[in-house]
Amino acid sequence: MKIAIPVENNSMDASVCFSFGRAPYFLIYDTEKNENRFLDNSAIASQGGAGIKAAQKIADTGVEVLLTPRCGENAAEVFKNAEIKLYKTINSSVEDNLKAFIEGKLQLLGDIHPGFHQHGGN
Amino acid sequence: MKIAVLSGKGGTGKTLVSVNLASVATTSIYVDCDVEEPNGHLFFKPQKLKKEAISVKIPEVNQNQCNGCRACVDFCKFNALAYIKNNVIVFDEVCHSCGGCVLLCPNKAITEKDQNIGLVQRGISENVQVLTGILNTGEPSGVPIIRKLLQTISGDNELTLIDCPPGSACIVMESIKDADYCILVAEPTLFGVHNLNMVQNLVKLFYKPHGVILNKCLDEANPAEDFCLKNQIKILGKIPFNTELGALNSNGLIAVREKQKYHEIFSNLLAAVTREVGSETVINT
Repeated sequence: MKIAIPVENNSMDASVCFSFGRAPYFLIYDTEKNENRFLDNSAIASQGGAGIKAAQKIADTGVEVLLTPRCGENAAEVFKNAEIKLYKTINSSVEDNLKAFIEGKLQLLGDIHPGFHQHGGN
Repeated sequence: MKIAVLSGKGGTGKTLVSVNLASVATTSIYVDCDVEEPNGHLFFKPQKLKKEAISVKIPEVNQNQCNGCRACVDFCKFNALAYIKNNVIVFDEVCHSCGGCVLLCPNKAITEKDQNIGLVQRGISENVQVLTGILNTGEPSGVPIIRKLLQTISGDNELTLIDCPPGSACIVMESIKDADYCILVAEPTLFGVHNLNMVQNLVKLFYKPHGVILNKCLDEANPAEDFCLKNQIKILGKIPFNTELGALNSNGLIAVREKQKYHEIFSNLLAAVTREVGSETVINT
């Protein structure tokens, strides 16, 4: 199974990124092969719709699960259609979260926020 | 003659200025481009209302005709489209109605549907034609409504006061685009100076001739006035800070229609603006 996590850097000791759509990188971890790779998030430069673009990119990698502190409603809609499950991270450590997920200790992400679209006001 | 009235923030007196200037003219058009919260109509209470619904085009995908090439998804700079499990998903609220996806689709799988976003309302209040743009709550952009409002009056040579939205974002740029002159309304505070500076930068970017009306003036230091003097910005006039004017305005009354002294203040302001527009026209030719 492949798992995605938004991260601050492209290394295994990177912190989980608090933003999903505008995270600098995504870790794609393959539990069967015990392999990891990092995707550059090109959506970070988007004027709008970053969550949609980032979610598209993750869906294209064939992951089944995303571990994230939070997720906007547009990205969540993409994941719903892609049948990718969202789980809420417990802290900023990539390894802690992967371990907790494999042990079945992570909760599904319940609170989908309405997004910070439209430039946050005028 | 089209005159846009703008300011860097809400509550400085854009509507007070544009409503009263429109009312002191013999005949005029007042256009409320503050489509997220139009309030000029509360003063004018226009009669003989005519309403026109405004809609934008949103792509609609015929999934059977789509071959999954993703030309539309890759093209959309607003990321309003996604392609998941052999289906194109359209995010209506993110779409800016550019129509690019429709043009690019090699299989002609995308057509457009109308989505209502608000309305334009026309009415009459004594000597003033009142046009109001109203954006539905929750819609992301009022630009299409402003475009329609300004299109409606584009051929008119009548004196037109354009009451702009606050700030200096896209909707303000759209509102001032066709203006012959811009009036910047400023408050006598440091915060007011900051906002004045912001909108002045905007009107300069558009090469618009402009001047400042100092609102809420007291008999003490006025940082906005100092800013104008220092930067050689034309001061068109001053409106005093007083309870009577505040009360008239709070009660939805048009000051110039109620009291002779306000009629005089705003007549003088309108004369100052007209003079400026006249001299600018001479300068421009």
